[in-house]
Amino acid sequence: MAVLLLLLAVTIIAALCIGEVNYSPQEVLQILFGDGNDVRADILRKLRLPRILLGLFVGGSLSLTGAILQGIFRNPLVEPYTLGISGGASVGVTLVIVFSLEMFWGSLTLAFAGFIGALATIILVYFVAMRGNSVRIQTLLLTGVMISFVASSLMMLMMSITDADKLQGVMFWTMGGLNETNTTLITFISLLSLCILLISLFYAPVLNAMRLGLERATQLGVNAERSVKVLFVFSSLLTGICVATAGMIGFVGLIIPQLMRYIVGTDYRILLLSSFLGGGIFLILCDIFARVIVSPNELPIGVVTGIIGGIIFIIVMTKIKK
Amino acid sequence: MSHFALKVQNMSCGYGSKFHLSNVDFTIDQGSFTSIIGPNGAGKTTLFRAISGMLSIENGDVFLEGENLKTLSHKARARKIAIVNQSVEAGAMRIEDYVLMGRLPYRTPFSFFETKEDYEIAEENMRLTGVWEKRHKLMDQLSGGEQQLAAIARALTQKTNLLLLDEPTAHLDISHQMKVLNLVRRLNHEAKLTVLLIIHDLNLASEYSDQLIMLKEGTIFAQGTPEEVLTYNNIEEVYNTVVITRSNPMSGKPFIFPVSEVTLREDISKKTTQSAI
Repeated sequence: MAVLLLLLAVTIIAALCIGEVNYSPQEVLQILFGDGNDVRADILRKLRLPRILLGLFVGGSLSLTGAILQGIFRNPLVEPYTLGISGGASVGVTLVIVFSLEMFWGSLTLAFAGFIGALATIILVYFVAMRGNSVRIQTLLLTGVMISFVASSLMMLMMSITDADKLQGVMFWTMGGLNETNTTLITFISLLSLCILLISLFYAPVLNAMRLGLERATQLGVNAERSVKVLFVFSSLLTGICVATAGMIGFVGLIIPQLMRYIVGTDYRILLLSSFLGGGIFLILCDIFARVIVSPNELPIGVVTGIIGGIIFIIVMTKIKK
Repeated sequence: MSHFALKVQNMSCGYGSKFHLSNVDFTIDQGSFTSIIGPNGAGKTTLFRAISGMLSIENGDVFLEGENLKTLSHKARARKIAIVNQSVEAGAMRIEDYVLMGRLPYRTPFSFFETKEDYEIAEENMRLTGVWEKRHKLMDQLSGGEQQLAAIARALTQKTNLLLLDEPTAHLDISHQMKVLNLVRRLNHEAKLTVLLIIHDLNLASEYSDQLIMLKEGTIFAQGTPEEVLTYNNIEEVYNTVVITRSNPMSGKPFIFPVSEVTLREDISKKTTQSAI
């Protein structure tokens, strides 16, 4: 845990230093903790710092959600992306953009729509895959994939019937990225993900018991059914908001909890927190790549997480086989 | 306070609209050792699931130490009834962590780590079942027999008066079968634990139990001491199998010898030849 926190600090400073304009670590610390009102200080405070915070919390949330879902379904391949939850969330968000519904609540409408889309998907997937008291994993993953297809088709449909102006809005959002500068939204996401992290820690002993399966956890006096429902709501809340803000970012929720499982073991009291920190670190690192590789342009961050994540995953898998 | 550990009153339950158990009615005395026997699909595991609250009961009632199962919370129930399943499926979990899970029914919503008391109870039971030396190993590194011993340690850590075991010896060789059952019998004698066991092996059921409950097609077919239940006629009718019943020379309990089809045919033809002569 201490190692992860240290790593996080180093990553954040590195992310602050590296970019189109480079800073030395000393200068970063000076600007952050001292004063300085020139352009360089402004770039750091108003552009780079919010972006890094967003990376931390979006990455952390996605990874946390992945860890929770993997615990509930007892399957390592489950994550918001593979279950179609991200897809469901993105349909919600697209609806809002295309039909200009954001005038109601401002920027939070997108997040809310994402949440509703995600929650609807998670419930649908769960009930399709449930038979009696057990979840059929193949059905679960297949349903997830199908929902992702349907979701992207629905998005295409909406994009094709809308006008160019809104089309651009959808495109801009789908490309994703952490270049959100709305501080209210960033504060909201930060607080919410911290809250849910805290709540999920209360459920860590329950998730621990669920490693034995739902029925056996129930035999041990855990109200597994109710816990699953609560965790579903929070997972969709996190996924919905992450997708609404940063677009589709895959793989974080899959790889990071996996990686952490190998490093810290399967005790969810430790696993949840390390997944959160690990996810944050990973997404900030990916964002550095996204900014630097084709500088001064930017790559969509989902592309970077996909490529880096996939490669890490394959490396880890082959190492474990040995 | 009733002296019954478990009282099942005219209970029916099942999956969907079909009843798998109908009008099951029996009581288990405090401190007794009862085995449930019957062919595959007779409803043994369904009965366990109903008693342990995993399956909703359609008709009738189940009382645990005088309290109606329906009114008990999940936690309260898990403090009265502990279950050892056929297999453990704990995966990559340390034995100690697995056994400590038996303390979950005693957890308050805000307790994040186990208390010293939890560790002491877990240690006591790991020593009792003989898995203490291996407590830092992972569950899937243990043999089947050791996994069952760990499962018993976990169940004991729940500190219940009633222990349900669903074919704990199904995948074990004879030495581990005896080891597990001897331990359970010792707990029953010394710690006055009430034991309810599902077991396929009729001879082991006979040797270890005070009382047998024989199920057939979702109803109780026979109930009583091993001598009363394990008769030629009962076994023939419930299992549709011909056996020879004798008594175990040491314990005097009924002992069942299965007879193969070939032996039976040869026996019949011998008798016919003899009678012909």
